[in-house]
Amino acid sequence: MMTETSEFNFEQCIKCTVCTVYCPVAAVNPLYPGPKQAGPDGERLRLKRPEFFDESLKWCLNCKRCEVACPSNVRIGDIIQAARIKHSKKKPGLREYILANTDFMGTMASPLAPIVNMAVGLKPVKVVMDKTIGIDHRRMFPKYAFGTFESWLKRNRKKQAKFPRQVSYFHGCYVNYNNPQLGKDFVKIMNALGIGVQLLEKEKCCGVALISNGLIDQAKRQGEVNISSIRRSVVENKIPVLGTSSTCTFTLRDEYPHLLGIENKDVRDGIELATRYIYRLLSSGEVRLRFKKNAPKLRVAYHTACHMEKLGWAYYSTELLRMIPSVELIQLDSQCCGIGGTYGFKKENYATSQAVGEGLFRKIEASGCDVVSTDCETCKWQIEMSTSKEVIHPLSILANALE
Amino acid sequence: MTKQFDVIIIGGGATGAGVARDCSLRGIKALLLERGDIATGATGRNHGLLHSGARYAVTDRESAEECIKENMILRRIASHCVEETDGLFISLPEDGLEFQAKFIESCRAAGIRADAIDPKEALLLEPSANPAMIGAVRVPDGAVDPFRLTMANLLDAKAHGAEVLTYHEVLDFIREQERIVGVKVVDRRTGEQKEFRAHVTVNAGGIWGHEIAKKAGVTVKMLPAKGALLIFGHRVNNVVINRCRKPADADILVPGDTICLIGTTSSKVPFEECDNMYVTADEVDLLLREGMKLAPSLEHTRILRAYAGVRPLVASDDDPSGRSVSRGIVVLDHATRDGLEGFITITGGKLMTYRLMGEWTTDLICKKLNISKKCTTAEQKLPGSREEEKKISRRMHTIPVAQRESAINRHGELAEKVNVEDAEHRSLVCECEEVSVGEVKYALNELDVHNLVDLRRRTRVGMGTCQGELCACRAAGLMAQVGKYCTHQAKQDLTNFLNERWKGMAPVAWGDTLRESEFTMWLYDGVCGLKNDKNTK
Repeated sequence: MMTETSEFNFEQCIKCTVCTVYCPVAAVNPLYPGPKQAGPDGERLRLKRPEFFDESLKWCLNCKRCEVACPSNVRIGDIIQAARIKHSKKKPGLREYILANTDFMGTMASPLAPIVNMAVGLKPVKVVMDKTIGIDHRRMFPKYAFGTFESWLKRNRKKQAKFPRQVSYFHGCYVNYNNPQLGKDFVKIMNALGIGVQLLEKEKCCGVALISNGLIDQAKRQGEVNISSIRRSVVENKIPVLGTSSTCTFTLRDEYPHLLGIENKDVRDGIELATRYIYRLLSSGEVRLRFKKNAPKLRVAYHTACHMEKLGWAYYSTELLRMIPSVELIQLDSQCCGIGGTYGFKKENYATSQAVGEGLFRKIEASGCDVVSTDCETCKWQIEMSTSKEVIHPLSILANALE
Repeated sequence: MTKQFDVIIIGGGATGAGVARDCSLRGIKALLLERGDIATGATGRNHGLLHSGARYAVTDRESAEECIKENMILRRIASHCVEETDGLFISLPEDGLEFQAKFIESCRAAGIRADAIDPKEALLLEPSANPAMIGAVRVPDGAVDPFRLTMANLLDAKAHGAEVLTYHEVLDFIREQERIVGVKVVDRRTGEQKEFRAHVTVNAGGIWGHEIAKKAGVTVKMLPAKGALLIFGHRVNNVVINRCRKPADADILVPGDTICLIGTTSSKVPFEECDNMYVTADEVDLLLREGMKLAPSLEHTRILRAYAGVRPLVASDDDPSGRSVSRGIVVLDHATRDGLEGFITITGGKLMTYRLMGEWTTDLICKKLNISKKCTTAEQKLPGSREEEKKISRRMHTIPVAQRESAINRHGELAEKVNVEDAEHRSLVCECEEVSVGEVKYALNELDVHNLVDLRRRTRVGMGTCQGELCACRAAGLMAQVGKYCTHQAKQDLTNFLNERWKGMAPVAWGDTLRESEFTMWLYDGVCGLKNDKNTK
């Protein structure tokens, strides 16, 4: 009955307002009119005259929790992002360029990782970045790794090729430049399952930060490159594409067609999260994982990242964690941590970002967990900065527990 | 005590309001009586099309000329009621191009700018238009908001000394020999009966003018013709789209404020039906079928509601059979026509020519009262249209953009009278149409509002996608707060309002419109405890 194909998707809204109830920003920032107002209501006014576009839409952190809450299948978050793309008069500046080009920044920083990591941690540098380009001085930058994941996997290419079954890995900028260990953990698990891991023919940054920072043309170019590589893998070689980042995976599957107009119908089902792939493989009974015996107990609090919630796939990550004998899982209520990718790095958003996450931080501290686990790298940065806990990807916990 | 006026005007449509304003500007003390709310008859139940006159150019040169003249005047004097959208007359393959040449020639002869443009260019101008078109002509059509226009005329009339009484129904006339010297009325809200006297009484009752004339003992033969329209949930087009052929059913799609509407049908109806009109399933089918030929995307567009109005057509005086219809404006001086002094009927015409109708009527009143003042309504701007929107917007820059622009669209510079100084006044009553608490209070205090339906005509509360779901109870609360009514009356008014909304939704109750209305019913019935089920008539 309700389809996603309606030309005027916003008209499916019956004004129940549950989206605004679930909006983490509207709850803490009165300057944001909330998803109903900014989305379907606003769209109708913008169709009357584009002058009705309100720059306050910039407060949306694109968590898509409104879409998860909507009983009428309205693509509220997409409507808001599309309106910003179409109407916003604020042009992206140096800050947006720096925050959005995770790929380029990683390429530059990675060879100089120790120096860059030290420099961006220095107080004077932070103050200068705050004053000149508006990146909040209280933010901690993710550390760059010395040497990329791609170069590591290329060195191991021959070993990986020996496995009869193969998957392609969309590692994303974070694994490549900041946390190659997560990629290595993923490879370790796949190998233990008898599967080899290969790179895509060409991988560019998924572009999620480019979209939210208004660099749409570049996002489109990178998206086209990614989808054509993915198509080669999924359609021509029949090799599925797995990701370890919930946001990258979500972007490839949903933001591409909805916001960038990149057609991906033929490959969408071939792109999924590694945790889902692994869970399904294990539950089919084909393969088994062997865990360490007598490993020390680990209390893990799982945080559902927003795009994980939107994908509806948190279940697979938590079920994998539950399979580990040494893990005691605490499932946190699904709520936004406030970082919104690059959103929370911006000076003007800092207060909103922290206010959004506050409830989550308190629950984490009160949970008595040893570590927090989540599938999203930016949630990791936010939670590590705002709580006393370390945040580890479910696959790293899993890899660590393997015999 | 009987109050004395120079002139009493019966009927609060655009025509009555136009007469009241013209009289007041010429220093004539006027009283306007309306049995319901303003603009409830044909004035508020049409396309809201600011005709260029092109539609009449081929068949009715005189109307076309009047239209284009008034069109240009309204752009100037009523800028906040008018949107200068331009219009297209598109020729579809089934229409052929024969009519087009004649059409352009007739438009130009009537003084209407009409430029044939390439279909590709027409699609750039209006992307929703049917791409199958084989020809297009661009004309200076536009959109006009009849509620705003009527209110602005009355505001100006009141500012110049006129009195306006809504919900006052004329029961009878006061006669002295062969002269009408006043009226007996009943205040429909209180039941109180009153008398008013004047030298001249004007019948501007639209289709109801037939009955009013009868009460005065004269005959004005009217022919009620029903026209049904459909309102869509949002604007599909930003340029008026017409069919370039002889005027027929459902061949005009007009963008009006946040919505667009297609119309009309045409059928004769008995007088008994004029007060309560329903749109039939056949009419809905016809409007949709023809509408999709103008803009194919209407097929997937949510329909908000259906409604119908009555065209007050007048039988020509020189045709006793009543079959032939007077097209243009009809001013009847019953002194010369029927030997009844002090009584004038103004009828026929169109929303477009309301000002001219007011001018002709007032000219006649002046003659009767021996006043020599000239009409100035074509030059003096209406309240709300006296300042450029951009300037007003700049002064109100602290208010959120959608709320600010909506209020300025509705009230022009009078939007600055809306109190939005604190968060409470800035909070929204109607979220679809961005009507703030401040704006509702302004309307309640200054714009003759007695119930929620009146409020809707002044502010668009309840005209949006949700059709009252979220705003009706908030607005009723404010009405009670400012002392318009008590809790019991508030509940009754809420029920009336929701029933009125449902009446328009019922003929198109499917898909999202039905889902929304079910949700509304659940809210008011289940949560608010409004027991009078809105789904029962």
